[in-house]
Amino acid sequence: MATYILKRFLQLIPVFLGATLLVYFLVFSLPGDPIAALFGDKPVNEAVAAKLRAQYNLDQPFIVQYLLYLKSIFTFDLGQDFSGRPIAAVLGEVFPVTARLAVMALIFEAVFGIAFGLVAGLRKGKLFDGTVLIASLIVIGIPIFVLGFILQFFIGVQLGWAKPTVSAAATVQDLILPAIVLGLASFAYVLRLTRTSVIENMNADYVRTATAKGLSRFRVINVHILRNSLIPVVTFLGADLGTLMGGAIVTEGIFNVPGVGNRLYRAVLSGEGPTVVSIVTVLVLIYCLSNLLVDLLYAWLDPRIRYDS
Amino acid sequence: MNSSVHIKEEVAGSERPLLEIKNLAINFATSNGEVNAVRNAHLTVMPGETVAIVGESGSGKSTSALAAIGLLPGNGRVAAGEILFDGEDIAHASEKRMIELRGNSIGMVPQDPMSNLNPVWKIGFQVKETLKANGLPSGPEDVAKVLSEAGLPDAARRAKQYPHEFSGGMRQRALIAIGLSCQPRLLIADEPTSALDVTVQRQILDHLDKMTSELGTAVLLITHDLGLAAERADKVVVMYKGQVVESGPSLELLRNPRHPYTKRLVSSAPSLASRRIQVAKEQGVESDELLAPTEPVVVESALPEEVLKVEDLTKVFKLRGGIGKTTDFTAVDSVSFSVRRGTTTAIVGESGSGKSTVAQMVLNLLEPTSGKIIFDGVDTSTLNSRDLFKFRRRVQPIFQDPYGSLDPMYNIFRTIEEPLRTHKIGTKASREKKVRELLDQVALPQSTMRRYPNELSGGQRQRIAIARALALDPEVIICDEAVSALDVLVQAQVLNLLAELQDNLGLTYLFITHDLAVVRQIADHVCVMQKGKLVETGSTDDVFDNPREAYTQALLDAIPGGSLLLPPEVA
Repeated sequence: MATYILKRFLQLIPVFLGATLLVYFLVFSLPGDPIAALFGDKPVNEAVAAKLRAQYNLDQPFIVQYLLYLKSIFTFDLGQDFSGRPIAAVLGEVFPVTARLAVMALIFEAVFGIAFGLVAGLRKGKLFDGTVLIASLIVIGIPIFVLGFILQFFIGVQLGWAKPTVSAAATVQDLILPAIVLGLASFAYVLRLTRTSVIENMNADYVRTATAKGLSRFRVINVHILRNSLIPVVTFLGADLGTLMGGAIVTEGIFNVPGVGNRLYRAVLSGEGPTVVSIVTVLVLIYCLSNLLVDLLYAWLDPRIRYDS
Repeated sequence: MNSSVHIKEEVAGSERPLLEIKNLAINFATSNGEVNAVRNAHLTVMPGETVAIVGESGSGKSTSALAAIGLLPGNGRVAAGEILFDGEDIAHASEKRMIELRGNSIGMVPQDPMSNLNPVWKIGFQVKETLKANGLPSGPEDVAKVLSEAGLPDAARRAKQYPHEFSGGMRQRALIAIGLSCQPRLLIADEPTSALDVTVQRQILDHLDKMTSELGTAVLLITHDLGLAAERADKVVVMYKGQVVESGPSLELLRNPRHPYTKRLVSSAPSLASRRIQVAKEQGVESDELLAPTEPVVVESALPEEVLKVEDLTKVFKLRGGIGKTTDFTAVDSVSFSVRRGTTTAIVGESGSGKSTVAQMVLNLLEPTSGKIIFDGVDTSTLNSRDLFKFRRRVQPIFQDPYGSLDPMYNIFRTIEEPLRTHKIGTKASREKKVRELLDQVALPQSTMRRYPNELSGGQRQRIAIARALALDPEVIICDEAVSALDVLVQAQVLNLLAELQDNLGLTYLFITHDLAVVRQIADHVCVMQKGKLVETGSTDDVFDNPREAYTQALLDAIPGGSLLLPPEVA
């Protein structure tokens, strides 16, 4: 197992290099001059502009810029964004907020998705099952920004049950509504996946054998149906953590959450290469690590899967 | 066995039956309304007695047994009648009462050891929860004791393993351990060994016999094999299409079957047929008469040519170990044999003996590591793609699973016509004529052409597979467990069909099977394989009458019904 984990960590190196190079290249190829844009409506002061270009290495060819950026990473100095703040500090500010949001969304979709899916599966074809299936289709069908605005308006503004926007501190309480919106689509998928999986396992021979052993219904469901049904669900949830982190742009926009999505959006607009690349690289790493975590969880849940035998 | 039947009659008045099924009817709700799966079934099991229910798949035997432990599938229900367990009607008992009864009063050993253990829990855990649910001590030593009583060696260590680390036989032992762990008064054993090799089957059944007689457990044994039922049970109940057609003490029923269906079962059960030949031989009766339609006469003086010759055939698989490590696994180890034109050669062995690997190499579907396969004088490994195409026309397979080997999206006409089209034989009209002829040959109505595989029974599908194999007028047919998935009666029909086709068309068969009883009915020559090696070859009669290897002897002994004293004229 240790060799397997080490191997997976070594695989992160080419992923890291490839992702940074690709993203850096994309930002470099963006049309427009980011320095000129900084001056806004004022005329461009060539001397200042030249100084700024030198400061951000924008006067160098692409590959030199990229290598200088790599060097800055390995010296733990990511440089500054256009407003002069250290990029490391920016990352330290936005990532905890989005991580909190994503984890809350994940908990929401896991707890409710699995619970609803289990009950729907056990009562296949009954009223609850039908209602939940149709509702989940509706949730999957409606775009997230529509759902976001609807919930923000009714729950946040009309009913006043939750704050419609998020404060600068982005506390857990502030993030409840955004987390529900962010997790809603995945909640529907988790529900359907759990339901299908439960129905499949309910008819498995070993479940019948477990019943024949004299186990209570509760134990049959918990020990023999649920655990086996969770194997595909856990895979989905793990992969979803990465998606939630990066995919929070729309939700963060609606609720004005000071997180990764918001900052990344601004950085792309203003062509701040190092900031964009730094954020995206961290996202890529999170995605890779959450996938590794899924694979390890998978082996833990299903003993038939072993990575180094 | 006679004595136990006797006891039953003596005590019938004084002792209450442990399980009594009266007028039982079971219905299944389907999209076409309710279907009657079991009608008017009667059954009595006395304490400590073994009763077998025999019948083909779909006869309602498993359904009746599952009803007795309250495990009918969701769409099934007891429509009428009573199931009395120790005098209490449990046909409509509450789920709570059934949970109380299951495990410690009524135990179950299910059919398929591969799918009946939860793959994500350790064996020990699955035993432990059974003990715990029934209020018995469930420490590690109790678990180990239960497992070792079921014949699992090194039980304490084994308990810490997962099901996938167990062989089929070991898993079945674990399931028997679970079924008997709470010392139930009634054990329902649903085809407990039909998924296992014959030698393992015998060991498991012997052990089950021993345990249940020590514990005084009554057993309701569900099986499709009449030979096995007669050997193991005091009483046999024969079910056909949801009804009990005949029941009585095993030997009596076997000797004087009254119902036509029982008569057919008795005459076609391969284990019994094999036994009959043996008895007949011992009494000096010519076996040819008993097997007239299935055993072609081979004139020893004029031996036909060797159409297929296998020399030093070896196949080594590389198994993946850790990083960069591979271990060699020799599946087939320098096997040599030859097959003469117009004869049937059987390769026999347990699963894992390499017999199917040989078949795949002979079919040129798998490349041998070393050795030669010579077909009609030509080494098949030297064939170029065009010659290989021609080779495929002359050597055709019939596979085990008639459900898996027919394309569900193709109708029967297209399935049988496909090889003709692939080899560009004839015109559209002549191909259709050929398909009609083929259907006649395999005794299926021509109207079958327009139907799809899912509309046909297992036996019919296997006939289609035979028709498809015959379409190209092949010389050699490789049957890989071609009748193993079929019920005994259907099996007998298909074997007869194959024998007739051999007589009419001069076909050569290479028959891969684990079932020695089938071998005795169809083969001229036998090759016995064990762990990749050919341990014994010879004519069928030689191998059956004078097995040289202990392994062959063990395989022969394992045919169910071997201990029955059966007169040869029983059929």
